[in-house]
Amino acid sequence: MADATLAAPTRAAAVPRGARPKRALSGRNIMIYGTLFVFSVYYLLPLWVMVMTSLKGMPEIRMGNIFAPPVEITFEPWVKAWAEACTGLNCDGLSRGFWNSVQILIPSVILSIVVASVNGYALTFWKFKGSDVFFTILIFGAFIPYQVMLYPIVILLREMGIYGTLWGLVLVHTIFGMPILTLLFRNYFSTIPEELFKAARVDGAGFWAIYAKILMPMSLPIFVVAIILQVTGIWNDFLFGVVYTKPDLYPMTVQLNNIVNSVQGVKEYNVNMAATLLTGLVPLVIYFISGKLFVRGIAAGAVKG
Amino acid sequence: MTHSIEVKDLTLNFGSVSVLKNMNLNVAEGEFVVLLGPSGCGKSTLLNCLAGLLEITDGQIFIKGKNVTWAEPSERGIGMVFQSYALYPQMTVRGNLSFGLKNARVPQAEIDKRVARAAEILQIGPLLDRKPAALSGGQRQRVAIGRALVRDVDVFLFDEPLSNLDAKLRSELRVEIKRLHAQLNNTMVYVTHDQIEALTLADRIAVMRGGIIQQLAAPQEIYNRPANLFVAGFIGSPSMNFLHGATVDGGQAIQLGDVKLSLDGYEGGAVGTRDKVILGLRPEHLVVQDHAEPGRTIAAVVELDEPMGADSLVWLKAAGGQMSVRVPVERRMDAGRQVHLKVDMSKASLFDAGTETRI
Repeated sequence: MADATLAAPTRAAAVPRGARPKRALSGRNIMIYGTLFVFSVYYLLPLWVMVMTSLKGMPEIRMGNIFAPPVEITFEPWVKAWAEACTGLNCDGLSRGFWNSVQILIPSVILSIVVASVNGYALTFWKFKGSDVFFTILIFGAFIPYQVMLYPIVILLREMGIYGTLWGLVLVHTIFGMPILTLLFRNYFSTIPEELFKAARVDGAGFWAIYAKILMPMSLPIFVVAIILQVTGIWNDFLFGVVYTKPDLYPMTVQLNNIVNSVQGVKEYNVNMAATLLTGLVPLVIYFISGKLFVRGIAAGAVKG
Repeated sequence: MTHSIEVKDLTLNFGSVSVLKNMNLNVAEGEFVVLLGPSGCGKSTLLNCLAGLLEITDGQIFIKGKNVTWAEPSERGIGMVFQSYALYPQMTVRGNLSFGLKNARVPQAEIDKRVARAAEILQIGPLLDRKPAALSGGQRQRVAIGRALVRDVDVFLFDEPLSNLDAKLRSELRVEIKRLHAQLNNTMVYVTHDQIEALTLADRIAVMRGGIIQQLAAPQEIYNRPANLFVAGFIGSPSMNFLHGATVDGGQAIQLGDVKLSLDGYEGGAVGTRDKVILGLRPEHLVVQDHAEPGRTIAAVVELDEPMGADSLVWLKAAGGQMSVRVPVERRMDAGRQVHLKVDMSKASLFDAGTETRI
């Protein structure tokens, strides 16, 4: 009896507190981190090769060891890719394509987002007869392959007199962004309580006032998502750029292709690598700054379908 | 007395579904009318029609004598309070209160004056520079009421304003709304499914079902003289006891199984002899006693006893069915005890079992 009473407190003191400690090197962890490591290497290796090659001179590249870091670092390929590489008769590098892309990108992103957000807003809060049918048709547009529409749009732009201009391409980007962006905005807006909209109407706000003063300030995450989607999508576009513009106005992606695929002279791998990295820089930067916002916004837009 | 709100033959269809059927409703100036009914009865829909948030299919709506059937919500001279508060989250309380006034291009000095007055009436002065997220539920609903208040309108519409609050806050704000009505004396139309809110606040209650007003009358009238079986069963908690039977002796008495009660003192129309009637008796209008009185009492056996604080609710087997009676909590009612329930015919309701309307 005495033993038991004495033994009890000691045992109580030995009882561990807090969460049960986990072994760092459990089989599960090895599996998880091993897989992650393999996949990181798989995706990072090409980037490594590109960055290293772009910093080497041609003689060093010819030695053939593509994984080795440069013995002598040179930025000449980068300068050449940006300002001197030739495509056809123009020898001002990618810089021309870059500015073309910027000129296409900014109005396309703004226009497509403004139109799609107003679309989504009207389809959520100002339902009209047949608005659901309209929405279904719009969404259906997202599933039609681009190839089917390429030539009809060429004719359409020609008839409108904007074929081969920047504005023609801006229009095409706006139209093709419409289905997915409208869906995105409509889904987000339908999570906003309808009573808020009713209250604003009682308060005398009209169609545009409710959009601009009530909904827009509440919907920043979804606007960020839309901007990211459009910036990366339009920047990476190749097909529309090559079909609907002229060589003078080719966006950066098309020009990159032309530089890399030019047949005359020596293949300058270092310049090609630098040019590719330069072209990919814009989406890369966007992802780095907005990764968190992007995930948050997508999650917010996906709550209600 | 002029009508503040006049609804004439209002009909609303959603596609082929008829939501409101040929409805007529007049609300006097300064009157507090509560629209009461189970969910889906069309009460909120009617309110939305009054506010102009739903386009009606047919009929007319007048507010202060003006035909507003096709007017925008903001042009109708109404203020509205919603169940979910519907405050603009990105604006401060002050911004919320002044948003409507800014849209109406009211001068800034006037806006400041009205916001200050509303803040004083509702005691939300210290909250003016906070965002809605930093307010409690009760404070949010006060701001929502303030938003209607600053509009300086004659008609307030409330759409279940207290349903999102906990029980204690609900009763506090209920009193506050009643006080506000006494102070401002404007017309209020209030939608709720809570009969306590309806009975305490209303000058008149409109009990609705299936898009039709079943009865429109003062709370006491609704409670004591329900127009039909639905109103009788919906109002009152615990609900009214219903006993099926037939009237006999040329309408002088009612036969409920083997119990015969005299209808002497019943306040209603000509009863006559009917095969199927339903006698409605409220639990508090029955008296439990030990001795029988022929033609006045129903024999019953106590089943169980639910003490509810101030009084207790006793469930009994009587006249072939189950009945409930309210008795003072001190009176112990053991199960199995034989008692007699004395009926006060002047407070009873008699319904025709076929038409379900009051006789």
